Amino acid sequence: MEIAMNTSEAVMSPESTIENGVLAPVRDAVGTPLLAREDARMTCRNVNVYYGEKHAIHDVSLDIGKNEVIAMIGPSGCGKSTFLRCLNRMNDTIDICRVQGQIRIDDQDIYDKSVDVVPLRAQVGMVFQKPNPFPKSIYDNIAYGPRIHGLSNNRTDLDEIVQGSLQKAGLWEEVKDRLDQPGTGLSGGQQQRLCIARAIAVSPEVILMDEPCSALDPIATARIEELIDELRSNFTIAIVTHSMQQAARVSQRTAYFHLGDLVEVGPTEEIFTNPSHKLTEDYITGRFG
Amino acid sequence: MQTSTLIIVLLLLSSALYYLGRQRSLTVANGEARKLHSLPSYYGYYAALWCLLPALAILAIWNGFETKVITTLVVNGLPDAVRNVGDAKLGLIVNDIRNLATGGMTSVDPDPAMIAAAKHYADLRGISHAALAVVALVIASIGGFFAWRHIATGHRARNKVESIVKGFLLSSSTLAIFTTVGIVLSVLFEAVRFFNQIPITDFLFGLQWSPQMAIRADQVGSSGAFGVIPLFVGTMLISLIAMVVAAPTGLMAAIYLSEYANRKVRAVVKPMMEILAGIPTVVYGFFAALTVAPFLRDTGGILGLDVSSESALAAGLVMGIMIIPFVSSLSDDVINAVPQAMRDGAYGLGATRSETIRNVIIPAALPGIVGGMLLAVSRAIGETMIVVMAAGLSANLTANPLEAVTTVTVQIVTLLVGDQEFDSPKTLAAFALGLSLFVTTLILNVVALHVVRKYREQYE
Repeated sequence: MEIAMNTSEAVMSPESTIENGVLAPVRDAVGTPLLAREDARMTCRNVNVYYGEKHAIHDVSLDIGKNEVIAMIGPSGCGKSTFLRCLNRMNDTIDICRVQGQIRIDDQDIYDKSVDVVPLRAQVGMVFQKPNPFPKSIYDNIAYGPRIHGLSNNRTDLDEIVQGSLQKAGLWEEVKDRLDQPGTGLSGGQQQRLCIARAIAVSPEVILMDEPCSALDPIATARIEELIDELRSNFTIAIVTHSMQQAARVSQRTAYFHLGDLVEVGPTEEIFTNPSHKLTEDYITGRFG
Repeated sequence: MQTSTLIIVLLLLSSALYYLGRQRSLTVANGEARKLHSLPSYYGYYAALWCLLPALAILAIWNGFETKVITTLVVNGLPDAVRNVGDAKLGLIVNDIRNLATGGMTSVDPDPAMIAAAKHYADLRGISHAALAVVALVIASIGGFFAWRHIATGHRARNKVESIVKGFLLSSSTLAIFTTVGIVLSVLFEAVRFFNQIPITDFLFGLQWSPQMAIRADQVGSSGAFGVIPLFVGTMLISLIAMVVAAPTGLMAAIYLSEYANRKVRAVVKPMMEILAGIPTVVYGFFAALTVAPFLRDTGGILGLDVSSESALAAGLVMGIMIIPFVSSLSDDVINAVPQAMRDGAYGLGATRSETIRNVIIPAALPGIVGGMLLAVSRAIGETMIVVMAAGLSANLTANPLEAVTTVTVQIVTLLVGDQEFDSPKTLAAFALGLSLFVTTLILNVVALHVVRKYREQYE
């Protein structure tokens, strides 16, 4: 990576970066983007993302805490999804995309040359905007991840993983009698829970959710939000959402992005009741966005 | 007036009516176009079409019946002695009269009766042409005039013009269908004539193909056997070899191009593949016959194999090369049609690229790929030039790709090349072959389209 950093310095204020003169200009986020080292699951420092010539994310530093749900909000095109996709290197699939900076999970730089994306993505799972079950049976959809990562030795293990994941995703009761039917035959909300179960099946540490409810009706959305809250005890969740109510309901911390900058981060309640930055206030009071 | 002149005059008249109609619509609306129901140009088209279409219809009908009516009149005017000579002879006489009338040669020296008849014929034609011109122009004027009179502010010219345009579109779309029906019927009738002479069971289940018919009883080598099985076996053998070459190569090329290749490689390789698809089959044919076949024979000689100089293998290999772009571009399309969300889903779980392709993309695209393969097979079966040049003419019933075989298409070509007698089974056999080939590829295409359609329903 282009920015050499002392690995022991996991917690570091943005100011110190300026003093080191490594990158300029640094755009400081208001609030508490950084956490104590023992609280952070993932640490991102000075992340810059370029799509070709376009500078999509400017110098974002943000920690993602253990067993927390962090919501990323902001107007369309603010870079929140791009940032989310950096966290498990999904941007690798886009040819023109370049990522600079440092993103660590458990003290391992995920953009290091020695890191293989395959185990990384098992560690940092992802749920997408539109439910995208594979055109396979419900069982095979869940079993796909464990199979490619060799997580089970025999059929009984696999059955257990499938059942456990579906139970955690709150889908087991609805589908237990039709595991052999295609996943594409489920309703939209069920498909999205299937996709969450599929992500859980490889026991990730972090689950990234990119607007997971934007294609769902309010009832299915409520069901997923409940699920996110339940999953928090076992996983760290980073969720991008357009719905501020959703961010307020499900998250403990909220990060507000604006035109590629991380503007403000803080406890969700604080962000929504007493934002410090003018831009955040304008956005959450509905003045724009 | 000549028909072509008449058509030009009609076109001029209708374009004049376009302006008149347009003008009138503006006049009735006092120059304010928005008072009209339709735009002024629609009133122009309305008048022009009413001028042109009825006149053209009359023209078409008139031309269709003119010759028949005139001929009947002329024949009725002939002396009884000439008229009662039988249909075949009468046909010749009528022909002579026509030739005389247009100043051409005749088969016999014309007698006075025939000269008189020819004059009668020419007169009638002249009258007919003149009458046609008058009638067509009158109808065009009446149609145009009434349409012109009809123009009023509330008149729905746009709807009427558009329904006529829709009629044109409909007839264009059915043109190909009617042509196909025509081809099928003509082949069918000839094939029925063939089956009247050769039993259909002999044709479908016979193991020997030797279409030379004996003219004299003591001729040798002219058995006249019409068993189609060796031909279809040859066709299938060559198609199989072609698909063995084209299916994996084309599919892998498609996977590489759609999933692995970066933009630069894609920009070079895809057009190159399309060039391959643009090579005329006759060029592939002599490549097969002059380069590949001798190469195979020599290589076989070195290995101690007996390869004939025209072999199913040579034709099949080259045909396979020819089909590769076809397979790869069809597969490329269906692979690209697999939604990006599928790939993201697999990558998001930590699947590698090859796992994603094997476990997610190929299964999702499989029905489409199978459909594409079936289309490629039907193309291989119908291919002619390569096999004519490289596969040989002898109808061997063999599964050995090193021997010469012949295909259905090759036999159709050889049966219909040169002087023909259209009442012998030898020539008619070509139509029976054509029909069976048509039915085979039709079934394949229907199955392929069905499979492809089923695939499309999956994501929508």
